[in-house]
Amino acid sequence: MKAFFGYIAGLLFGVGLGLGGMTDPARVLGFLDIFGAWDPTLLFVLGGAVITTFIGYRVVLRQAKPLWGNSFRLPTRHDLDGKLVVGAALFGVGWGLSGYCPGPAFASISNPSYPLIAMLLAMIAGWWVARRSSFVQRAQPSNP
Amino acid sequence: MDWTASIQGLIGGGFVGLSAVFLMATLGRVAGISGILAGLFLDKPNRDELGWRLMFLLGLVSGPVLLMLVGGVGNVADSSQAVIGAPSGEVPLMLVAGLLVGIGTGVGSGCTSGHGVCGLARLSQRSLVATLVFLLTAMVVVFLTRHVIGGAP
Repeated sequence: MKAFFGYIAGLLFGVGLGLGGMTDPARVLGFLDIFGAWDPTLLFVLGGAVITTFIGYRVVLRQAKPLWGNSFRLPTRHDLDGKLVVGAALFGVGWGLSGYCPGPAFASISNPSYPLIAMLLAMIAGWWVARRSSFVQRAQPSNP
Repeated sequence: MDWTASIQGLIGGGFVGLSAVFLMATLGRVAGISGILAGLFLDKPNRDELGWRLMFLLGLVSGPVLLMLVGGVGNVADSSQAVIGAPSGEVPLMLVAGLLVGIGTGVGSGCTSGHGVCGLARLSQRSLVATLVFLLTAMVVVFLTRHVIGGAP
């Protein structure tokens, strides 16, 4: 059952990215290029996603527990720290260079190319490096 | 402005939001792609956890495939019939970019979905800061590569 729920969630996510044009790095880079021919599509995708999630979470998180599981697993940290900011900045550089963030990159696997495969393998390597680095050990609990 | 692309973007965003709400309602998890997939590839093998993460990835990949089968609902910038666009650079650039995206989302505990969608929807201060930082950094990088150094697509 968990696998089925996971599949449906992934499918909805993949359909949304495709409909929204986020599986096209040119659209993403067009949004990031505020001094060029600006493409607002990403803003509509993000806006639609945040509003839907905001409303949906309000309803769902009022329940005692999820349909399948004992509790909702929500991030508990509220403090700002250097890792959050440095990590987000490094991610931003990679995103700006490629137009790929993790979701759209993996959702594009059905149209493979050497640059895409390089992106995906390097991303997994990057996650591995982040977990290995001693200075982020504390930020990476086994069950985030 | 291309209103068709924008409206389709809004609908697509709605689906992404539905995914996040569905995953929270059923498994009680935040729909953060970098967290889900880093766990899939790097966590110690644990059938109960890996199963749903693997199926999430399969669903994520089959979403655009489903759109291709339906036809006519793509949203690629220079071809509205296509669903998946081409990478914007060659292998060496993608290796550098991929490594930075991996390290950055690993160290910063989230990407566009975890911080940008789920975090903002939860009104998380950490996610707001992370989202502003990666958006601004990416915009600066695109400005530099397209308008200062030039040559980038």
